[in-house]
Amino acid sequence: MNKNIILCGVGGQGTVLASKLIAGAAMRRNIPVMSAETIGMAQKGGSVVSYIRLGDDLYTPMIPKKEADIIVGFEPSEAVRMLPYLKDGGSVIVNSCPTKPVTSVLAESGYDGIEMVEYLKKKVSKLTVIDCNKAAEEIGSSKAINMILLGAALNTGELDITKEEIKEILAQRVKPQFFEMNCRALDYIK
Amino acid sequence: MNSFLMGNEAIALGAMAAGVNVVAGYPGTPSTEVLETVAKKNKGNIYVEWSVNEKAALELAAGAAYTGARTMVTMKQVGLNVAADPLLSLAYIGVKGGMVIMVADDPGPISSQTEQDTRTFAAFSKLPCFDPSSVQEAYDMIQEAFEFSEEYHTPVIMRPTTRVCHAYASCEIKSEEEYYVNKPEGFVKDSKKWVIFPKLSYQAHLNIEERNAKLTSILSKYGRNEIIHKQLKNACVGDECNTTNTKGLRRGIATHGISYSYVMDGLRGIDTDISVLKVATPFPFPCELALDFLKNVDEVLCIEELDPVIERALTYVCGRYNLDVKIYGKITGNIANAGENTCDSVKESILSFIDKEANDNCRHIDEKLMGDIKMADDMPELPIRPPVLCAGCPHRASFYAVKEAMKGQKTIFCGDIGCYTLGNAMPLDMVDTCLCMGAGVNMTQGIGRVEPDTRCFAFVGDSTFFASAITGVVNAIYNHANMTLIVLDNSTTAMTGHQPHPGTGVRMMEFANGNMPKSHEDIANKINIEKVLSGLGVEVIETVDPLDLNNAIACVKKVAEIDGVKAIIFKSPCIAVARSDKKAVVVEDKCINCKKCIKSLGCPALILDNGKVVIDASQCTGCMLCEKVCPMDAITKG
Repeated sequence: MNKNIILCGVGGQGTVLASKLIAGAAMRRNIPVMSAETIGMAQKGGSVVSYIRLGDDLYTPMIPKKEADIIVGFEPSEAVRMLPYLKDGGSVIVNSCPTKPVTSVLAESGYDGIEMVEYLKKKVSKLTVIDCNKAAEEIGSSKAINMILLGAALNTGELDITKEEIKEILAQRVKPQFFEMNCRALDYIK
Repeated sequence: MNSFLMGNEAIALGAMAAGVNVVAGYPGTPSTEVLETVAKKNKGNIYVEWSVNEKAALELAAGAAYTGARTMVTMKQVGLNVAADPLLSLAYIGVKGGMVIMVADDPGPISSQTEQDTRTFAAFSKLPCFDPSSVQEAYDMIQEAFEFSEEYHTPVIMRPTTRVCHAYASCEIKSEEEYYVNKPEGFVKDSKKWVIFPKLSYQAHLNIEERNAKLTSILSKYGRNEIIHKQLKNACVGDECNTTNTKGLRRGIATHGISYSYVMDGLRGIDTDISVLKVATPFPFPCELALDFLKNVDEVLCIEELDPVIERALTYVCGRYNLDVKIYGKITGNIANAGENTCDSVKESILSFIDKEANDNCRHIDEKLMGDIKMADDMPELPIRPPVLCAGCPHRASFYAVKEAMKGQKTIFCGDIGCYTLGNAMPLDMVDTCLCMGAGVNMTQGIGRVEPDTRCFAFVGDSTFFASAITGVVNAIYNHANMTLIVLDNSTTAMTGHQPHPGTGVRMMEFANGNMPKSHEDIANKINIEKVLSGLGVEVIETVDPLDLNNAIACVKKVAEIDGVKAIIFKSPCIAVARSDKKAVVVEDKCINCKKCIKSLGCPALILDNGKVVIDASQCTGCMLCEKVCPMDAITKG
């Protein structure tokens, strides 16, 4: 059975590292992996998506609509944007803290993310909502958001990967002084 | 050996496995990582450079290929336009060492000016073209492309698209011991062979046409051009899904590149007998293989991105061999003429290609697609996120300085290709035109010729200046234009991921090895933009820090009043390269919430929290431009 995972957010939130860790852990288990990232102009303040597919029967890293097993939303409106890709009964992990785009600040549209989280609550039964700003403050680093969300995603069991496996890959990928902080972030959601 | 690779990394490693000796290119999304990977993995035996532009890269590689070296040139699709002149001539002359021109296409387009198709360009250039459909295939194919190039003494084109370039996959790769080692023989003088003249070109043209005609049969046997018969009986649940060809029509799909992957992925969920023609070499087209395919089908759907290359070729084969086969695709309106294909668009196209009854029988797929539309109905309005200049980007200050200085005057602001194209966004709104690399300098002169009362400006980045804007400045001086050139010098090629260029004095291999010169003074051969302009005859050249806002505004006002060709160099490093630890903060009791900072700058770090202006510390880089714009002195460095 293939596993389809979507990580989505706004450029600069650390989706790429999280996606690399999942891929690395799957590779360790000799599970074939395909993934795709948003690269280029869109990274500058735009919506970014990482698609990850694990399994033997893969042709493309792109995930069709209604086939994602799990969506990890680094930003509430980005999770809603990708919701058509979630399969029936799939899981969503979402950061409730919005990133306000320049266009909405200029228009004073008052986008605050609350409406997005409410919509997700209505549509998704397996939903985990995390206030990542509060969590990051407790952990002591604004850069920890990706690991907090990845930790919560691993908790669902949808990925078939353990936190220990992710930590082994993490140790190879981040500088030693940041390893411990990232582990605390992974373990933040019990 | 199994490795998790980006498509572009796989192409680079494939070229290395094929014994490439020289790699040259110019950065451009989605091609950039190919050359960067070779530089990173290079043990010192490969010559790697970022050239000043694609034409230079291709000419350098041509010279190297004449010696018997294996060479690779990397660029994006629009870069091939810049390199077209040497490319078309080189097709006539040919090469000794294998030469692969790696041109990344960008359906969508995702980060490009055009949706041109390099498969069509290859046919126009009369050069063989390879089109990979996956990361693994890209790795294997480029090695075959080198062999092929050497065997037929011709440069060949390899054209992956964004979704192959930027996809990652676990990939089977060779260990270094298995790499082919190519030892160039050296250049052998023979002016009858290497000097292009009308007589030689006539003979070469005959030879090329003869060779390409032969290649249509040779490539029909190339294993990556293939016919796949799909008999899928197990994908649908329930008896009603046994729906093969209710009208007795035999159907086929012809496809290529990433669309082939979408087709194979999509066919998993559709239960029907179908033949798939995968075209890996769109030029010369594998006609004999196509004939085999067409003989066994009644209807074909061509699923392509960009041009209908396969669709036209199959229509031609049908006409040529008098086959009664219906060919559907872009020309017949069955596939979108622009934009990229997706898993979902391809699946929908296949479903409507298979007859209606089959559609009904596979109702659960239809319902799935309908489900999306239902879901979208009650979805809250999503914020739009167009790309913007980064918080703290010095270009924001440069644009703002010119805007303030020229307020109320009749002006034209010609932009160019790079991060600074984003100066077009509100509230800056400072890019009136953008066409292609280096165009702005000449376009502003053209507008000035028709509207002499307009103050004409051209904005150009430092890398673009060297790539193709210098000739525009020469043109302006030679023809006595009235214009102000604004060079946005951030000392890097920022948009494509911070590559060095002639103005940095750092070359690619020094950059990749981390042997950076310690200070700017240490860079002996760095090309100074001021001196270039002065050498060309620009008499008024001012260099200003745009973040020193009042000075910058005064400078623009002064320079704009002078007649002739003038230049202002706004010099401030890209914030991704250099940033301050201190952040801006809003002094609450001074802020009157006039929002001038937000309305004039549009910086992503300036946000509204419960209607009040605050600075998002996670984004602020401490450039302090907002401090200078604030009329109440309510922003300070925290």
